[in-house]
Amino acid sequence: MDDFIAARSQMALSLGFHIVFSCIGMVMPFFMAVSHYYYLKTNQPVYRNVTKAWSKGVAIFFATGAVSGTVLSFELGLLWPKFMLHAGPIFGLPFSLEGTAFFIEAIALGFFLYGWDRFNKWFHWVTGVVVGISGLVSGVLVVAANAWMNTPTGFTFANGQYSDIDPVKAIFNPAWFSQSLHMSIAAFAATGFAVAGIHALMMLKRKNVVFHTKAFKIAAVFGAAAAILQPLSGDISAKFVAKTQPAKLAAMEAHFVTEKSAALIIGGIPNEKNKEVNYALKIPGGLSFLANGDFNSEVKGLDSVPEEERPPVAISHYAFQVMVALGMIMMGIGIMYFIAVIRKKQWRNSRWLLQLFVWATPLGFIAVEAGWTVTEVGRQPWIIYGVMKTKDAVTPMPGIVYSFYLFSAVYLSLALIVIFMLYRQIKMVGKLYDIPAGEQLINE
Amino acid sequence: MLYVVMAFLWVAILLYLLMGGADFGAGIIELFTTKKNQERTRRTMYRAIGPIWEANHMWLIIVIVILFVGFPTIYTTMSVNLHIPLVGMLLGIIARGTAFTFRNYDAVTDELQVVYNRIFMYASCVTPLFLGIIAGSAVSGKIDSAAGNYLDAYIFSWLNFFSVAVGLFTVSICGFLASVYLIGETENEQDVQRFKTKARTTNIAAAVAGTLVFIAAKLDGVPLAEWLFGNAVGVAAIATAMVSLALLWYLLSKGKKIIIRVLAGFQVTMILLAITYQHFPNIVLLKGGQYLSLTDGSAPEKTIYTLAMALLIGSLFILPALFYLVYDFQHKKIVVSKPKKNA
Ligand code: HDD
Ligand code: HEM
Ligand code: HEM
Repeated sequence: MDDFIAARSQMALSLGFHIVFSCIGMVMPFFMAVSHYYYLKTNQPVYRNVTKAWSKGVAIFFATGAVSGTVLSFELGLLWPKFMLHAGPIFGLPFSLEGTAFFIEAIALGFFLYGWDRFNKWFHWVTGVVVGISGLVSGVLVVAANAWMNTPTGFTFANGQYSDIDPVKAIFNPAWFSQSLHMSIAAFAATGFAVAGIHALMMLKRKNVVFHTKAFKIAAVFGAAAAILQPLSGDISAKFVAKTQPAKLAAMEAHFVTEKSAALIIGGIPNEKNKEVNYALKIPGGLSFLANGDFNSEVKGLDSVPEEERPPVAISHYAFQVMVALGMIMMGIGIMYFIAVIRKKQWRNSRWLLQLFVWATPLGFIAVEAGWTVTEVGRQPWIIYGVMKTKDAVTPMPGIVYSFYLFSAVYLSLALIVIFMLYRQIKMVGKLYDIPAGEQLINE
Repeated sequence: MLYVVMAFLWVAILLYLLMGGADFGAGIIELFTTKKNQERTRRTMYRAIGPIWEANHMWLIIVIVILFVGFPTIYTTMSVNLHIPLVGMLLGIIARGTAFTFRNYDAVTDELQVVYNRIFMYASCVTPLFLGIIAGSAVSGKIDSAAGNYLDAYIFSWLNFFSVAVGLFTVSICGFLASVYLIGETENEQDVQRFKTKARTTNIAAAVAGTLVFIAAKLDGVPLAEWLFGNAVGVAAIATAMVSLALLWYLLSKGKKIIIRVLAGFQVTMILLAITYQHFPNIVLLKGGQYLSLTDGSAPEKTIYTLAMALLIGSLFILPALFYLVYDFQHKKIVVSKPKKNA
């Protein structure tokens, strides 16, 4: 492995790790706020227990998210100094605002975690909501920074010089809205499905059923609603990418040659040498329709950009297919869940529906990772689209390979510990939060 | 506006040194506590910093963000040449942050606690050590950004007597801040005595490490004495620090809990002031007499302006909330239950 590939892999690894924790950190506070609200309204202890159990899990995820985020803010410089030298003053503003949002989040979390029975109960509730809102705001801001790398604006680039810098324009770059919207919904979908899946499993195992049923319901409603919205927002993103980054669209669709009435390619194995896709399902005119809303319109293929500016096709294509396929599956499950809630009462808590959720536990997070792979790999070879190449940004320090191995080991062990701790939290639910049978009957 | 940004940078560094430092120090103190008392120290510390520990470390993020938005040359030069100590510090931050949380939130209390505690204590020493090394290197004039070979560019930029001595000094200062802070956090007299002793020993350790810094500076040709005593502000800062130190020892024996905190914080502030004042605005000194300046190397005007606005508006939100958090938890102590029994 050479140092350049190592640097890219280390960045991808760190971001791919962080994103899981940040999604949970952004979304779980809202779940807790709902459960906390029910508790304050109904006084049923089970809701207090759900809130408390979740908040313990969140504290673990939050700390891991915070340290991995701290690492990222250093890694931008450790790995991509030449990028940061020029980009910092342009796209850094969202990070400084994000700093404020994080700070508020950290303070509010302090109030929330340590505030039980100390404050006015509604003040305490509000601090929990503030954790969620500031988390979401920081997510939107950092994605806006990433969007700037895809559609850089707010400066003039001529003769290798960056001038006329306008950081506000850079935040509100063309891609910020579609990307932030898609990412925020993705966080809800992924976290909702993951949490619902775990509680569904416990319901199937008939452990602490009351507790897990309440928890499941909250997570499932959020997850299902987000999963239904997600493909709509994905469509906005795709249309947008078609307009601003034709090379990325072509790579993710494995669309080699510019043509009118382009077919939508589903599945298949792209062959970059022969510029064709084998074993694929092709829907005539489909891509033209999805990209431009017109079956006959022209869609630029990879041949529209010079050879050395084409992103890797296979990875982008597979990642995109995975994301869309999972998006469809999750939408399907989401629709079924709402049917169960609204019309078919007998579906609710039926084993097969729960089993479906158990099976879908990791899907959202796989889709998130796949989606980021599309965005980042699809932008290659650029780090700032059309302005700076990734290979020109990498640190001159040799030996990044070892740093990559080191961080891989660290992240792997952290991931294992966190999974182990989560397992212990769930196992302990019965001991810590179970309600005596009599009380359960009263509250039901 | 540039001066607003610089002021925020300086204050953020100071607050990280004070709040983050006390936080690291608590782990250091724990390491140097006898087994018998460790559990109690741990509980005192958890009660003292639990609610704000996440916020304590946000100051570092603020420092980094100000650097990469406002002073990109400084951020990138340090990132490149000090890559190795930065990675060391990051590993410390990861290990410490996660171990702290794991030991407090693990649903089951078993032998793993011992592992978390060990990691937490050692990482609490390693992180400020590297932090000090990085800070020392920044002003040591050893960073060689033009070097052609690996050793000069990436190793000797930070591996020298002076930087390492500053690292040790930072570690002892953290321990000192923590013990002074924890004195006010305990209720029983026995623990107060323990932390008082700790405050004295760490203070002596800091004095020894400080002397070491001077010796190392001589060896490495860093004109430290000139920075500290070559101008009125430096001399005044050092002198008041000395006076307050004497006062602190006196009040320590009198058992004043809050005012000694103020004095300890004051000393650290004066030390930082004395060190940064002389060569302001050049905060990174490179090999061969070159330097990176806060004024010449800053981002374009418009960026600095928006950054300053962002910081000002941000602090309107942050400071009152942070103040209330600290205030509230100072007044109504949290009840920390005895460690859960293994289930
Ligand atoms: C739960 C996760 C999830 C699901 C189910 C989907 N996506 Fe997605 N997608 C993401 C999670 C995600 C993401 C991780 O959040 C990305 C990466 C960058 C971004 O802004 O969002 C993303 C990026 C992304 C991009 C690239 C945007 C860019 O590079 O600027 C496109 C075109 C789509 N998505 C389209 C879709 C479509 C058509 C879906 C239909 C089902 C879909 N996504 C489902
Ligand atoms: C959290 C979600 C993100 C994930 C999972 C992610 C994923 C990735 C991946 C897979 C790569 C490697 C691409 C390749 O080597 O071909 C990469 C590169 C990179 N990403 Fe992202 N990314 C995310 C968000 C961001 C954000 C928010 C930023 C900065 C604001 C960012 C900055 C970079 C940089 C600087 C690189 C290295 C240059 C490059 O390879 O393009 N990423 N990321
Ligand atoms: C799309 C990508 C990203 C999203 C959605 C995201 C979101 C978040 C969120 C919500 C948190 C709060 C911690 C938590 O709740 O667990 C967080 C933490 C953090 N993130 Fe990210 N982040 C992303 C990428 C990045 C990148 C590229 C950087 C670095 C430049 C970064 C830096 C940080 C830092 C420093 C923290 C710690 C703040 C704290 O202590 O609370 N993040 N991130």
